[in-house]
Amino acid sequence: MSAQYYVSPEQLMKDRADFARKGIARGRAVITASCADGIALIAENPSGSLHKIGEIYDRIAFAAVGKYNEFESLRQAGVRYADTRGYSYSRYDVTGRGLASVYAQSLGAVFTAEAKPFEVELAVLELGATPPQDTLFSLNFDGSIAEQPGFIIMGGDTPALREAWNAYWSGKDLAAAGIDEVIRAAALVLPGVGESAGDAHLLEVAMLERSTSTGSHRHFRRLDDPTIARILGAGK
Amino acid sequence: MTELGPGPSFLEYLNRDRPDLLPGTRAALPADAGAQVPHGTTIVALAYADGIVMAGDRRATMGNVIASRRIEKVFETDTYSVIGIAGAAGLAIDIAKLFTVELEHYEKIEGTRLSLDGKANRLASMIRSNMPMALQGMSVVPLFAGFDTFSGSGRIFSFDITGGLYEEVEHHSIGSGSPYARGALKKLWQPGLGATAAVQVAVEALYDAADDDSATGGPDTVRGLWPVVYTVDSSGAHRVEDAILADMAADIIATRTASGRES
Repeated sequence: MSAQYYVSPEQLMKDRADFARKGIARGRAVITASCADGIALIAENPSGSLHKIGEIYDRIAFAAVGKYNEFESLRQAGVRYADTRGYSYSRYDVTGRGLASVYAQSLGAVFTAEAKPFEVELAVLELGATPPQDTLFSLNFDGSIAEQPGFIIMGGDTPALREAWNAYWSGKDLAAAGIDEVIRAAALVLPGVGESAGDAHLLEVAMLERSTSTGSHRHFRRLDDPTIARILGAGK
Repeated sequence: MTELGPGPSFLEYLNRDRPDLLPGTRAALPADAGAQVPHGTTIVALAYADGIVMAGDRRATMGNVIASRRIEKVFETDTYSVIGIAGAAGLAIDIAKLFTVELEHYEKIEGTRLSLDGKANRLASMIRSNMPMALQGMSVVPLFAGFDTFSGSGRIFSFDITGGLYEEVEHHSIGSGSPYARGALKKLWQPGLGATAAVQVAVEALYDAADDDSATGGPDTVRGLWPVVYTVDSSGAHRVEDAILADMAADIIATRTASGRES
């Protein structure tokens, strides 16, 4: 039997974190932002069917970057958690905070106990009545959780994206902006996309609408390519 | 082989992980349990030019007692479908609720909607799993209808307590008042009805059912209670407003009062 080499906990955690961070940075970025019309979720994603953005419940949405199979299993678990809770209690008892803390616990458990940490970063977004009442949670591969005011940028070269995003909005009020402007700003900031109608297929866009036209309890709406093309084209 | 996850079905997930939350897993009931719980009664559904109409009266009975005057037995299950339920009310409402979550859950997990046939089959299996309860007098018999986005038309499905699934054409009715409602539908239904005319036919069929069946409630002008009516077409399911139903009920009462006939 071979003896195991001693690795200090600090070194072990650092190695795991470096590994996860590298995996996440390889992927394309997602921007989520709270604005006047609701919460916009914009991802650079050329695939029309493998989503990085998803509906969880009435006013709760999910966005992720990193390894598809890992965040997809987390998304499905989130839908199961929310539907079970809503079915056994009430639709009002499903909250973004509850879901985010469940995610934080499972990400944390995987990070410390499993052979390999999840290479994912998640956002759990809950729509409120007004932009200041929206709650945006960002979750890291190690289970750390933070509530972010206004917007979350994940994946890719995050610091550079954040800088470009802040530069766009300096002197402008994101909370008062319409959804179209937010989508155009994200298209401008995301590196592989341009602000033209022809780039619509490179974007995956969804929103949590503050007021739904149908009066439905479900506020999540996915925008189709023609709609995105129209919005991007209108910016010129 | 690696085991795959529970798949897109909420029901299968509950069966596997949370069987305590399922409606059909209760202890055996006393022999006369069926008579001791509120029962919902008449539901009608009919096709019209653009889709389908489904309507249900507002009465629940427990033996010869009126248990509720304002119960709702027709529910929107998703954007393109509605369900109406007759039978043991508590269990029926549970099944309608579970079925609604089942459809929404599938849609969220898969990222696409179930086909109308898929929805009807799913409901059939839920009714089938209620068989043991049905044999103790707790039967739940739904009427399911919706807009089929593949064929571009409205379709109606009925069920029996064994989970048998039957597609109905033109119109159908379930519940204790259904023989009378069906008679009215046969006379009043015509091909190519408009939406308003179809709602009128549904309300009048329920009126006829209430006239002859004591378990079916008629329009309640004292309390201002009208049937629950939904239309489903290519734009989705819409509940017909009370003000419109109040006018229709008033018309029917006025016409019948004026004719002064016995039956």
